[in-house]
Amino acid sequence: MSKTEELLNTLELEGKPALIGYFPAGYPTVADSVEACVAMCESGIDILELGVPYSDPVMDGLVIQVATEQALTNGFKLSMFFDLLKQITSRVATPVLVMSYWNPIMQYGVERFAKDLKAAGGAGLITPDLIPDEAADWIRYSDELELDRVFMATPSSSQARLDQVARLSRGFIYAVSTMGITGAREDLDAKARGVVSGVKSTKTDVPVCVGIGISTAEQVTEVNSYADGAIVGSIFIKAYRDGGIEELKRTVKQLKGGN
Amino acid sequence: MTEKTHLQDQNGPYFGEYGGRFVPESLIAALDQLEETYAKAKADPTFALELDELNKTYVGRPSIITEVPKFAALAGDIRVFLKREDLNHTGSHKINNVIGQALLAKRMGKKRIIAETGAGQHGVASATAAALFGLECVVYMGEVDTQRQALNVARMKLLGAEVVPVTTGSRTLKDAINEALRDWVANVDDTHYLLGTVAGPHPFPTIVRDFHSVIGREARQQMLDDYGFLPDVVTACVGGGSNAIGLFHSFLDDEEVALWGFEAAGEGMDTMRHAATLSKGKVGVLHGAKSYMLQDEDGQTIESHSISAGLDYPGVGPEHSWLKDLNRAQYFGISDDEAMQALKALSQTEGIIPAIETAHALAGVIKYGSTLAPGSTVLLNLSGRGDKDMETVGKYFGFLE
Ligand SMILES: Cc1ncc(COP(=O)(O)O)c(C=O)c1O
Repeated sequence: MSKTEELLNTLELEGKPALIGYFPAGYPTVADSVEACVAMCESGIDILELGVPYSDPVMDGLVIQVATEQALTNGFKLSMFFDLLKQITSRVATPVLVMSYWNPIMQYGVERFAKDLKAAGGAGLITPDLIPDEAADWIRYSDELELDRVFMATPSSSQARLDQVARLSRGFIYAVSTMGITGAREDLDAKARGVVSGVKSTKTDVPVCVGIGISTAEQVTEVNSYADGAIVGSIFIKAYRDGGIEELKRTVKQLKGGN
Repeated sequence: MTEKTHLQDQNGPYFGEYGGRFVPESLIAALDQLEETYAKAKADPTFALELDELNKTYVGRPSIITEVPKFAALAGDIRVFLKREDLNHTGSHKINNVIGQALLAKRMGKKRIIAETGAGQHGVASATAAALFGLECVVYMGEVDTQRQALNVARMKLLGAEVVPVTTGSRTLKDAINEALRDWVANVDDTHYLLGTVAGPHPFPTIVRDFHSVIGREARQQMLDDYGFLPDVVTACVGGGSNAIGLFHSFLDDEEVALWGFEAAGEGMDTMRHAATLSKGKVGVLHGAKSYMLQDEDGQTIESHSISAGLDYPGVGPEHSWLKDLNRAQYFGISDDEAMQALKALSQTEGIIPAIETAHALAGVIKYGSTLAPGSTVLLNLSGRGDKDMETVGKYFGFLE
């Protein structure tokens, strides 16, 4: 079984909330991002979602857009990515899932990316603009290498599509909480519960985590009451941007300690 | 004959290896709904009637064909015919697609349309349709383009649309599409994304092509009826590729007809500052479809450059990528200066002021016309008029300071 699934199942059994934290590789620099990610893991996130900066991030709100643009401006290259990942995985035991838009992976080569990801200790991939219908290559190589494969389930997905996502995901299923892009939102959409129950009704064993718009400890607790984990991104980047690594750690602890 | 039905009948989601749907899951339901609505509309004779009626009484179709002998003389011993999409209501081909998609939006019960625009022509056409059909309209436009196409910004506002300048990335068409996609992801329930070219996820490349294919259908028949022959070359400028595919489509299976597409070479094909996606790009995924695109070795999109806002785009529609690989169409680059000189040439020889986008095709005919046998005939899509470009043109030639 996927280590990510094992971990989420264990937390579930122990009645502990799961917190998945996003941070972009190379932001603001490669070295800084390694330190930030390690600090997040050490401060209590259960799974790290490491973003690959991309020029056209259509799923991302302004906070992440600006951060990833800065990473690219500061010279981030895909050739640095796996070394960066390895630096993180060699220092912490937290599973690291890579979140990347599809074109960088396609250009790198799907098989090559999968192998290098595995070799650097990565757990798998979250693909915001790759739906299962277009993912034949990735499905094949992630099966061969036993990598996690996180597809998205959304409020507008038909039950047939939720079935497909549930069947083809490994590690966890990313339930999109609301119709929209990343960015902290005041109140979490009730739609999140609907998506989770739609996915759960497929009787899948794969955990379901909720993301997009989560920014407070209360939301993390609430989400964990009906799902298997909460995914948080923009608020961590804001914390780091405005208050450096100490503020980042404090925010992780605050969101994690909200049980 | 086997190939004959083949090329014209390609309807996506894939054109060869190109096309598809590389978008967030959040948009799939809306794309499915659009595909279904379009399929039903296509099968419903009242839809065709409604569209034809609007084309006739609102857009001003059919558009005429003008032969331009004095311009043709600049290109050698050939004859040149212009398909006058500049004479459509709002001044370009863009209205063909907009009217069609606005009717689909109405059928889907969507009250709000959003659009991206580069030159502003698609934004103006969208704002026009929104006014006509009583829809709310938001147009995303790169900040750079709001400046170089200021006249069109004023037109959109006058028509009642909200124009949102996009300040991220290259602040041109690419980023306007990103922003429109983000809006759509968040508001997909009540909003239709009225995409303005043959790019984007399936079914957009097919739907947009179909609504523009009226250009080629009319032109092919007009050539046969009025002149008694098909042209040797059919040509258009290529940004995302909508006016080109609209003209090409009816000729795809006329093997004896050559298809030439002209992309923006900006400051030159050998510089980094161009928008020659098909000539210089590599296959990748941008804005929801697999196609040629300008990108670095990491798959990061490279910013395009062109004096023409409508061609300033690092991607291209998937059907063009397919036609290129099949060698059915040839694509060439035209520099900023070549385009501007051709714009001036058509204005002064024939009294027709084309858009800078369109001028790339005109320059292509001047540049490559001499390679044709004497007496050859060329049909060119005059995709738009140049009023919107007078600021740029005036500065370029020193008419304005
Ligand atoms: C007059 C005109 N021609 C051509 C284009 C380029 O678009 P496409 O390649 O989709 O026809 C534009 C785009 O704005 C335009 O306004």
